[in-house]
Amino acid sequence: MSYTPDKMTDKDKRKSLRKLAGAAGIAMTAQFSPALTGHVLGSDRPIKVGMQLHRTGIGASYGRWYERVAVATVKLINEEGGINGRPVELVIEDDGTDPRRGAEVIEKFATQHKTDVAYGTLFSHVVIGSSPRAGELKLPYYVVSEGYHVASGSLNRYVFQPGITDVRSQIASMAPWIATNLGKKITMIFPDYAFGHDHRNYFSIAIAEQGGKVLEMIPVPPTESSFTRYFPRIPRETEVLYHVLVGPGVLTFVKEMGQFFGTRDRPRIFGYIDSLEAVDFATPQLEFLQGTHFWEAFPRYAQPDQTRHDQYFRHQVGVDQNGASVSDSRDISAYSHMFGCWETLFIIKQAMETCGYSGPEDRQALIEATESLTGFAESRNHPQGSKVFNGKIHQCFGIQHISRVEDSRLKVVHTTSIEDGLYEPEADYTQMAL
Amino acid sequence: MENSRKSSLVLHIGVLALLFLLSFILSDYHQLTITRIMVLAIFALGYNILFGYVGLLSLGHAMFFACGLYAAGLPVYYLGWEVPSAFLFAIVISAFSATLIGAIALRTQGVAFMIVTLMFSQVAYLATLYFSDITGGDEGLVLPEHARSFAILGMQVDLTSPQTRYYITLGLLSASVLIVYRWVNGGPGREWVAVRENELRTRMLGYNTFLIKLKAMVISGTLSGGAGATYGLLFAYIGSTFASIQYSIDVLLFTLLGGAGTVLGPILGSFIMFYMIDFFSGYTTAYLLATGVVLILLIVYFPLGVLGTLRKKWRLWLP
Repeated sequence: MSYTPDKMTDKDKRKSLRKLAGAAGIAMTAQFSPALTGHVLGSDRPIKVGMQLHRTGIGASYGRWYERVAVATVKLINEEGGINGRPVELVIEDDGTDPRRGAEVIEKFATQHKTDVAYGTLFSHVVIGSSPRAGELKLPYYVVSEGYHVASGSLNRYVFQPGITDVRSQIASMAPWIATNLGKKITMIFPDYAFGHDHRNYFSIAIAEQGGKVLEMIPVPPTESSFTRYFPRIPRETEVLYHVLVGPGVLTFVKEMGQFFGTRDRPRIFGYIDSLEAVDFATPQLEFLQGTHFWEAFPRYAQPDQTRHDQYFRHQVGVDQNGASVSDSRDISAYSHMFGCWETLFIIKQAMETCGYSGPEDRQALIEATESLTGFAESRNHPQGSKVFNGKIHQCFGIQHISRVEDSRLKVVHTTSIEDGLYEPEADYTQMAL
Repeated sequence: MENSRKSSLVLHIGVLALLFLLSFILSDYHQLTITRIMVLAIFALGYNILFGYVGLLSLGHAMFFACGLYAAGLPVYYLGWEVPSAFLFAIVISAFSATLIGAIALRTQGVAFMIVTLMFSQVAYLATLYFSDITGGDEGLVLPEHARSFAILGMQVDLTSPQTRYYITLGLLSASVLIVYRWVNGGPGREWVAVRENELRTRMLGYNTFLIKLKAMVISGTLSGGAGATYGLLFAYIGSTFASIQYSIDVLLFTLLGGAGTVLGPILGSFIMFYMIDFFSGYTTAYLLATGVVLILLIVYFPLGVLGTLRKKWRLWLP
C-alpha cells in the first residue's frame, strides 16, 4: 500500500496554483483599480496635504527637521479646528532628494492619495523636476526651497514659495553690509549647481552695486568629498571669503577650510548657514570660525531680544534655546530653513479659508486666493518675521540676519529690512492659464 | 523546437497585450507609474543586450540615457523643435555616441571595460554640470509648453494626457521588445551569445568579435538613448541627475533582478524594483532597507534573476 498524505499530485499543484493566482488577481485588482472595487471618496474627507520629503539622499539632514515641523504644525492646526472645519491630514512621501522620484511622488499625491496640495520641498532640482507634473496635474505645489527658480518665472502657475525668502533677495539685502563691514574684494566658494549658481549670479551683481568685486569664483562639484585642493585658489588680496555649501560634505568642507588657514593671516569669512545647517558649532576643529560671520534667516541661538513667537515656535517644534532638539542636544536643527514649513502651512490654511476651499474642484480658486495675498505680519503663525508676498511671482520677501560666531554660538549683529531684499519682478504667473 | 518558439512568441506578445489591456482598468496612479516603468524597461532592454547577451558589464549606461534625454530636450528647449524630430535626432545622436564610445571602450575587457564605461559616464555627468548654462545642470530644464503636444499624420497628440503617454510608451516598448526578440532569436543573438560564452573560440571560427560587440553596443546605446529621449519628452524635464551613476546601477539591478539574458527579464525587473520601493515606502521609512533585504533574498533564491532561474530550473523556452 502506498499512501503519501502530504504529497500533492501534479494535478493538485496546478489546482492550488490556479487558486493562488485567482486570489492574487483579486487582490491586485483591488489594489490597482479602485474604480472596480467601488471605492469612492467621501465628502467629509480631511484636507490632505502631501509632503514631498527629503527623507533620504543629500537633503536628509534638512528633511528630518522639515518633517518634525510639518507634523507639529498640522497638530496645532487640527487642535484649533483644522481648515474650514475639516481636519488636516499630512501624507508624507520620501522623494530621495531626486527629481525623478520627486515627480513620481507628485503623481502619487495627485492620483493615488488624492491630496489637495503638495508641499514642503527644499532642494531646487527636485522642485524643478516636480513642477511640470504639478502643473499638468493641476496640483497646487507650495515649496520651501529658497531657490530663485519660483520667482524667476521659469515654473508654472501652480508652484508657490510663500513661506521663505529666495536666495536672490537674501543676497541683495546682505551685500551692502558685507561691503561696508567686511570688505569689497570677495572670493566665492559655492556648490557647482543651481543653488550655488544663484549665489554666483546674484551676489556678484549685488556686490558690484556696492563698489565691490568678486576676485575669484570657486565652484565645487556636488560629488566632491575633499575640498583641500580648492583653497589654494583663494587670491592673496581677498578681503572676504564668501562660502556656501550644502549636502553631506559640509562639515568636511568647513574643517578643511580651518586646516588650510591654520594660524596664518586669513581673509574675513562670511558664510551661509547652509554650510553648517544642522551641524553643532561646538564640533572640534570649528574653533577657527570664531569671529566669522554667517547669514541666518532665523537665528539658531535664541537672542536677548527673542520674540514670544520664536519662543512659542521652538516649544512647538521641540527645539531648545541653542537650536538643538529638546530630546537630544547633539541633534541640531535646520533652524534657518524649517520655519518655512510652519509658515507655509499657515499660508495654505489662510488661502483655503479665503476661498472657502472644499475639495480638489476648488484648486483653481485656491491658486487665485494665494495669489491675492499681499503679506504676512509677524505673529505666531509667522515667527520668522513679517513678509511681503508678490502674487505675480509667487514669492515672499522677509528680513534676514547676519550673525557673528562668539564662543561657539551665533550672535546676531545685523538685521536687514524687507525693502533691502526687494527686486524688480521679472515674471507674472497670473498671466498664465489655470 | 518549433513549438517552443511559438510558445515563446505567444508569451512575449501576451505580455504586451496584457499591458495594453491593463490600460483600461488601471487607476490613474498606476497608469502613470507603469508609463514610467515602461520607459525604464526600454532602457533595461537596451542594457540587457550588452550585459545579458554579450556578457559586457557596463557601469556607464546612464550616459546613453542622458544622451538621448539631452539630445531630445535641448533642441526642443532652445530651437523650438517639434517632438517627433527631436526624438529622431536623439536616436541618431545616441547611436553615434554609442559607436564612438564603443570603439574606444571595447578595446578593453572585463574589469577594465567596467572602469572605462564608468569613467566615460562620469565625464558625461560632470559635463552636464560644467555646461550648466546650457544644460541647466543639476537644476535641469523644464521643457516649454509647445513641446507638450505635436501633430503627426493629421492627428494632434497631447502629451499632457496620461492615456496618450501610456500608449506612446507601450508602442515604443512593444517595438523594442519585438525587435530585440527577433535579434536574439536570429543570427545577431547567436553571435552575441557566442562571444559571451567564448570570445576566443568565436574569433577562431572567423568572426570579427570586435564588430559583433560594437554592433551590440550601438544597439544597446541607441535603445537606452531612445528611452532617455522618451522620458524627457513625455515628462517635460531634463536634468543632470539622469546622467548620475545611480541610473547606471539602477538599470543593472533591473536586469539582474529580472534575469539577464532573457528578453522579458529586464521588464520584469523594472516592475519589481519600482513597485517594491513604492510598496515599502507606504509602510516604513526604512523602505530602502526592506528593498535591500528583498533583493538579497531574490538573489539567493533566484541567482540568475527571476526569469533566468525559472528558465534554468524548468527549461523554459524563454529567449
